[in-house]
Amino acid sequence: MDSPARVSMGDAWSWQVHPDMESERRQPSFDVERLTNILDGGAENTALRRKVESVIHSDPVFSLKDNYFMSQNERYEAGVKKKFHLHMIAQRLGWSEHSREFRYAFRALTGDLALGLHHIFLKSLQSLGSEEQIAKWAPLCNEFRIIATYAQTELGHGTYLQGLETEATYDADTQEFVMHSPTLTATKWWPGDLGRSATHALVLAQLICSGARQGMHAFIVPIRSLQDHTLLPGVTAGDIGPKMDFEYTDNGFLQLDHVRIPRENMLSRFAQVLPDGTYIKLGTAQSNYLSMVVVRVSLLLDEINPLLEKACIIAIRYSVIRRQSRLRPSDPEAKVLDYQTQQHKLFPQLATAYAFHFMGTSLQEFFEESYSAILDRDFSLLPELHALSSGLKAMVSEFCTQGAELCRRACGGHGYSKLSGLPSLVSRVTASCTYEGENTVLYLQVARFLVKSYLQAQASPGSTSKTSLPQSVAYLTAPDLAKCPARRAADFLHPELYTRAWAHVAVRLIKDSAHHLQTRLQSGADEHEAWNQTTVIHLQAAKAHCYYITVKGFAEALQKLDHEPAIQQALQRLCDLFALHGILSTAGDFLQDGFLSGAQVDMVRSAYLDLLFLIRKDAISLTDAFDFTDQCLNSALGCYDGNVYERLFYWAQKSPTNTQGNPAYQKYLRPLLQSWRSKL
Amino acid sequence: MAVTMNEDLRRERASASFNPELLTHILDGSPENTRRRREIENLILNDPDFKHEDLNFLTRSQRYEVAVRKSATLVKKIREFGISDPDEIMWFKKLHMINFVEPVGLNFSMFISTLLNQGTTAQNEKWLLPAQGLQIIGTYAQTELGHGTHLRGLETTATYDPETQEFVLNSPTVTSIKWWPGGLGKTSNHAIVLAQLYTQGKCYGLHAFIVPIREIGTHKPLPGITVGDIGPKFGYDEMDNGYLKMDHYRIPRENMLMKHAQVKPDGTYVKPVSNKLTYGTMVFIRSFLVGEAARSLAKACTIAIRYSAVRHQSEIKPGEPEPQILDFQTQQYKLFPLLATAYAFHFVGAYMKETYHRINEDIGQGDLSELPELHALTAGLKAFTSWTTNAAIEACRMACGGHGYSHCSGLPNIYVTFTPTCTFEGENTVMMLQTARFLMKSYDQVHSGKLVCGMVSYLNDLPSQRIQPQQVAVWPTVVDINSPHSLTEAYRLRAARLVEIAAKNLQTEVSHRKSKEVAWNLTSVDLVRASEAHCHYVTVKLFSEQLLKIQDKPTQAVLRNLCLLYSLYGISQKAGDFLQENILTDSQITQVHQRIKELLTVIRPDAVTLVDAFDFQDVSLGSVLGRYDGNVYENLFEWAKNSPLNKDEVHESFYKHLKPLQSKL
Repeated sequence: MDSPARVSMGDAWSWQVHPDMESERRQPSFDVERLTNILDGGAENTALRRKVESVIHSDPVFSLKDNYFMSQNERYEAGVKKKFHLHMIAQRLGWSEHSREFRYAFRALTGDLALGLHHIFLKSLQSLGSEEQIAKWAPLCNEFRIIATYAQTELGHGTYLQGLETEATYDADTQEFVMHSPTLTATKWWPGDLGRSATHALVLAQLICSGARQGMHAFIVPIRSLQDHTLLPGVTAGDIGPKMDFEYTDNGFLQLDHVRIPRENMLSRFAQVLPDGTYIKLGTAQSNYLSMVVVRVSLLLDEINPLLEKACIIAIRYSVIRRQSRLRPSDPEAKVLDYQTQQHKLFPQLATAYAFHFMGTSLQEFFEESYSAILDRDFSLLPELHALSSGLKAMVSEFCTQGAELCRRACGGHGYSKLSGLPSLVSRVTASCTYEGENTVLYLQVARFLVKSYLQAQASPGSTSKTSLPQSVAYLTAPDLAKCPARRAADFLHPELYTRAWAHVAVRLIKDSAHHLQTRLQSGADEHEAWNQTTVIHLQAAKAHCYYITVKGFAEALQKLDHEPAIQQALQRLCDLFALHGILSTAGDFLQDGFLSGAQVDMVRSAYLDLLFLIRKDAISLTDAFDFTDQCLNSALGCYDGNVYERLFYWAQKSPTNTQGNPAYQKYLRPLLQSWRSKL
Repeated sequence: MAVTMNEDLRRERASASFNPELLTHILDGSPENTRRRREIENLILNDPDFKHEDLNFLTRSQRYEVAVRKSATLVKKIREFGISDPDEIMWFKKLHMINFVEPVGLNFSMFISTLLNQGTTAQNEKWLLPAQGLQIIGTYAQTELGHGTHLRGLETTATYDPETQEFVLNSPTVTSIKWWPGGLGKTSNHAIVLAQLYTQGKCYGLHAFIVPIREIGTHKPLPGITVGDIGPKFGYDEMDNGYLKMDHYRIPRENMLMKHAQVKPDGTYVKPVSNKLTYGTMVFIRSFLVGEAARSLAKACTIAIRYSAVRHQSEIKPGEPEPQILDFQTQQYKLFPLLATAYAFHFVGAYMKETYHRINEDIGQGDLSELPELHALTAGLKAFTSWTTNAAIEACRMACGGHGYSHCSGLPNIYVTFTPTCTFEGENTVMMLQTARFLMKSYDQVHSGKLVCGMVSYLNDLPSQRIQPQQVAVWPTVVDINSPHSLTEAYRLRAARLVEIAAKNLQTEVSHRKSKEVAWNLTSVDLVRASEAHCHYVTVKLFSEQLLKIQDKPTQAVLRNLCLLYSLYGISQKAGDFLQENILTDSQITQVHQRIKELLTVIRPDAVTLVDAFDFQDVSLGSVLGRYDGNVYENLFEWAKNSPLNKDEVHESFYKHLKPLQSKL
């Protein structure tokens, strides 16, 4: 299949691809289009995606061109407008809310749409609502007769849900819940769309019925009039003010002063309050967390990793156009991508983006397997799903944030300009480290799961227990090597070898962390104090575990690409690089118990440096394969044609600072210049 | 206004083991400095001319306007208050501009200082007074769209025309457009432009020219000049970084700065005597940036640690009230090593400044011998401290959870203002490689039998070099992880080993390939690693030496713990190097991890007081989370209510877009 003719942005100079870019694409070592198909999950998906992209990009309402020049207010308004417009188009073309088309439209628009939480509300409704509730509220949402948000975080309380203060007290006389924010710190704070847009909020609150506290439950609370959009009685709400990014979203605050809602507004798939106030529990204590798992899984591939992919595209494309200094005195200035230090900055990020793509895909598959079982109230897979999704969300967001920032700085000064597209990617991806569960807290949840699994494996050393360990931690009981068998640098290019090395380190750290905890307990510390005093090592163990899972997942995904040997080879180098870069970054962990010798670490380093050189020639093809359009990248540095400088100059001239005069000169500079002159 | 202090912070401050005022004096250099700094800060705080709306709520154009207004006021006030000492001007500006971004700033920091360094007496007579009095506003235009750190690659040309005795300045390509200079976009009417000088058909390399760019009186670009703002950036909203394109633009011969090199009326070029002196400015700016790194990190730590003492979350024990998040080991582990780093970098910055002034006096007497090492050291330390600080500010921001992402925390602003330090005044990787070049040179020097001195003297002791008979005793076999001195030795060994590895790998590459440059490129990852190890050693060394100078026992004790934490944390992060080079054993690494956790507990009661000692005014932190009084939530709510999106209860976009959406579907 032909890839579409790529002409960037229709600017005059973009009819010609920059020769430095063209030379990179002249002899690709694999078929870029086929790799794109693999990433999309099939050629038909690629075709559909491009069809959606052409609809979006041909429509001027969706243009992202002025994004960098707008105020918060303008961004918000544009976000609402685009959302509205998208829905009209979707309706006309018959795209449903959960269709691939919608996902692709979201991707093409880089999610630059208001009312994103509306979608989260729907997902929560479907996870936590009864069938009747879904039947009642889902159509209202889908038709935008209401605009809903999800209100969990409070001013004084975040990831620790039991600490939330908002109350829902059941009044059996009227069969209503009384929703109330008892303190300033109980004010709901941060929910998107809450500040200006939402008419309803799914409020997470402590349920109090018949005098007893039953923990966190979800309630649908109307907050704005459906007639004139004014706040309803007892409701105080507004925007929380400027943030690093997400300017198109009105993150908001919400205070409830004894607001009454009907009993039916409590989501009741997993718990019910009967008219007389009797509380009935249908799920486990964790089942209300399900909606968070759903959100975390979808974030990885739809939101977080694409931000790193784009950062890699921009930085790597720019690095073959930018020339700086000379490699040999007789040569012209060299492409900066030919510098080892530049490769060392960028290629690990590229490898990471691919690793997360394949890991995210396999998590998605596992999620789909287990999700339907959980909805049928079979919770056996929930702990593992929770641990996996928490751990990967923490790891992916942490690495993507650091990676995107590295890409930004690898573009030197121009990476600081918003026109490069990179500052927006960075300030957006960094939010993912704290939203949907702060990363340290998430890693520690993984650690609890690991310690528990480890102790479980220790307690019943019989062969049967091995099968009972969840699949992702089964390696805790697998035979382990005490020393790495590698004898030459080339030995480290075998996935089996480095996967086992990662397994070894993860197991050792998990054991260590469990033993530290037990030592504290045996010396008389109380359980909670002992846990707090050992969290640094738990964190380390959880991170090693996540890295291991990702290396293993990446390597396994590549094994399935036997029918595409050229692609497999190119990706295998990235997989090797990802594994080895991780080893070098935490070499102490591999050296400490003698698993790797000093000589072996040198081998890893030399294998790693050789890989940089091998990946170099595929670098542009590997970034092209992500197939982001120029409109979607919205970067003067990262366009497909490589005409970086012309575009940067042209875009800068369109900045309002150049088109709208200089009031500061008239008001301050002129009098200043003249006051001095008059004195002379 | 009588404001009550948050109870948690009151308790933290009451339980400190030392007097923060004494530590503040140490940081300022003397009690007298502290007094004078506060005096100057109060001048600004009490001056209504410096009041303005919260910048976070303004558009870029409004922020620029506020900054220009303040810049203009600043010039008058500095005279009015009789402030002339450079340090004092710095104190004044720091509080005045908060994050030090002022459109007129380059007139003073670059335009005037370049005039002084490179202008002849006649040129200074002509230009200096008008520039100092802001009769003209100048900037400094070096970087081009396609060219940055590699100066020889700049494309702008200045061709001498002997017939009219003028230089013709020209931007021949898109990539040659001057790009980034601060104050160029909208503010300045003159620029010192760096261009390749051509005369009598020959290129003589880069020289500096004074170029009028806007018409006096109308402020319109002069004919032949295209000038404007480069558009929005990550930060520096208040600054009009600009572009400048010159189309065969003519300036008189006298506008070339001719203190060193000259072009005679007939076009004859006269070479400068020495070009080493131009090092001076770079060294000064880079050593200043080390101090800036320390200050920015200190601010971020102040905010994150105060907020962590106010914020309560989760439970350590069920049933008990939610603890301060600063009691969580993971939170301490995130923040305290950064606090220790802020102190470490402060002492490095102070050392650099001192050394610069000392060497500057030597230079005045014609002694340039120490300049190469100082130049190499400032390059590396600028990179080392700015990379670390860059990551550390982000870590502080994230340690504040979601609220760190809001501009109310002040942390996004500190970050975006600081992060350009990694790329400007020499891109960090290039800086590290400059240091590496010096290290390789020193290594070769020792190898050829000549001892080296200064911070690199450890290279004399390398066993492989075998030039010193007494070297055996120099390598300690036992590292005492409770002794700052012994830990410095461990870092010294690491630096020596990594320099040696890089040197040997470089030699191997050279023997395999013909070109030295290719070999250098293929070793550059190792070379950067060696430079980092060198800078890390210097930092640990300076911090531990600082301890000896402190008289007050409780202050010394608390700084000693920070110094240990800084050193041990670095070892734990780079454990691979220390293990691989057999500097520390497996069990010592285990002890290091253990000792770090103990130190976290020891530092915990002093944490808030340690950030108080930095003595930042609330207004210079610009943070609701980092307020001295700790009344975070009330003020957060008040701040949000002032947001522009809250001006009307129903936003206009409801009528434009939401209502139709609801009805049409």
